[in-house]
Amino acid sequence: MRARGLTKRFGDFTAVAGIDFGIARGEAFGFLGPNGAGKSSTMRMVGCVSPPSSGELTILGHDSVADGPAIRARLGVVPQENTLDIELTVRENLIVYGRYFGLPRAVIRERAASLLEFVQLSDRAEDQVEPLSGGMKRRLVIARSLINDPEILLLDEPTTGLDPQARHIVWDRLFRLKQRGVTLILTTHYMDEAEQLCDRLVVMDAGKIVTEGSPRQLIERYSTPEVLELRFDPSDHQQAAEKLVALQSALQSERQEVLADRVLIYTRNGDQALEAARALGVEPITSLARRSTLEDVFLRLTGRQLGD
Amino acid sequence: MAAPTTARPAPVATGRGRAVQPWGFAIREFRYWLTNYRRTWRGSVISSVLGPVLYLSAMGAGLGTLVNRHSSASLGGVTYLAFISPGLLAATAMQTGFGEGMYPVLGSVKWIQNYFAAAAGPLRPADVFRGHLMFVTLRLFMTCGIFLAVIAAFGAVRSPLVILALPAAVLTGLAFAPGLMAWSVTRTTDVSFAVLMRFVMVPLFLFSGTFFPISQLPGWLQPVAYVTPLWNGVALCRSLALGHADLGGTAVHVGYLLVLALAGCVAAQRTYTKRLYE
Repeated sequence: MRARGLTKRFGDFTAVAGIDFGIARGEAFGFLGPNGAGKSSTMRMVGCVSPPSSGELTILGHDSVADGPAIRARLGVVPQENTLDIELTVRENLIVYGRYFGLPRAVIRERAASLLEFVQLSDRAEDQVEPLSGGMKRRLVIARSLINDPEILLLDEPTTGLDPQARHIVWDRLFRLKQRGVTLILTTHYMDEAEQLCDRLVVMDAGKIVTEGSPRQLIERYSTPEVLELRFDPSDHQQAAEKLVALQSALQSERQEVLADRVLIYTRNGDQALEAARALGVEPITSLARRSTLEDVFLRLTGRQLGD
Repeated sequence: MAAPTTARPAPVATGRGRAVQPWGFAIREFRYWLTNYRRTWRGSVISSVLGPVLYLSAMGAGLGTLVNRHSSASLGGVTYLAFISPGLLAATAMQTGFGEGMYPVLGSVKWIQNYFAAAAGPLRPADVFRGHLMFVTLRLFMTCGIFLAVIAAFGAVRSPLVILALPAAVLTGLAFAPGLMAWSVTRTTDVSFAVLMRFVMVPLFLFSGTFFPISQLPGWLQPVAYVTPLWNGVALCRSLALGHADLGGTAVHVGYLLVLALAGCVAAQRTYTKRLYE
């Protein structure tokens, strides 16, 4: 898949402002960014259900606009909203969907059974969809997206709104698909999701790609190995933050970020920085030394947190 | 852990433009609606029988005995039951067109979102529309066919041509359904549906010659009635059911209803594409 100058405008609003990217077969590729960054608009163009305003997009050797049906026949799509037919049973949802691809009845039946097994919903096969939990519905959408045995799987925020346990089950299934050679393309605003699943990702902000690389590369490039998070009493927060800025060299920190509720100190060694800060009379209520994450990369690149 | 089978879809399924006939994709959407209908067909068949039975007994048999005492030439010399039966048939087709063209379409983009699910696969918006329209056509054949059977059971059949009233009634429904689908797919709520039913469907139902000849309307209103799709449908069905259809009138009615149906289809292909591809 290759995009050149890919742009999507809605009236005066530019959702995607001329982005370039390439995705190789078998790769797990992520679009990371806050809400409104242009991730979903990009995904809809990649899914061939939203013609680009300008630019080129080639998928599986076809032009995304001219050969939409041929490309979509080889894609699996997990949309942001589940779009399951809540009036049908779990199994019927798969069967109805398989027919959209013109698959023979026997193939659909066989695949539906093995996919339900794969997403651990076999025992709910004849149940209505409506009462299923959020995690089960999400797994069913994933099963449905696989009914045509797609070469590329598009996942728009696959685990948004799921509880931690349900997220881990989804991640596990996606990881297995990746192992089988299915190309995964996903959007997320969860850093941990990107770190878990993506070989390579781009960070998007305001319709543009800000940077690109593997999670590890991005962390090395834009952050320090460790981060010390300090929390202060809200009344002391501002004062303490100013004091820490003055102590930057003493703490051997490369950079500091003052957030509304915390101060982040970017350093090689978080515990040492904490000791140094204490020795200099800084008294945080709580402290946490942790490894850098993509969240820190994003903060560095955009000056904002992902949840903003 | 069972693995999804690794075989690729059969080549015919990939839908590379030339490989699939123009209607091949639409039939896939049609089959979705058939599967969906399997859950509700009993209820809908019962109401399709109950509706005409109630109307024909109340209006035809009940009110009709009163009307027949003052039988006038304007009814064309037939009983009131024979007069209103084809009118009600056409009106029922219209109602079915409204019913199928509004809520199920909005539901498909808003509540169930099955249109978006379909558009994520190989189907194009035009296929989604055509497939759904095929199902609406089937529903029209069902309700109108049942209606005709009830008319026959009431002994109100006057001409063998009545069998042609079935396609005529279906065409009447199709003069409404595609246009309504074109409009409904652009909606985000159903509030305007009730308004449309109250201020468009009900007046059409009452004043398009269903219950009385439009010669009874005030002079200035008659031309309005002539251009309504329902009057054309009523006139067509009635002329066939009573056996006084002539070629010229039939051609005008059929042509007019066909134009409306096709205009609705053209509009729907545009609005479906806009809604599903933005």
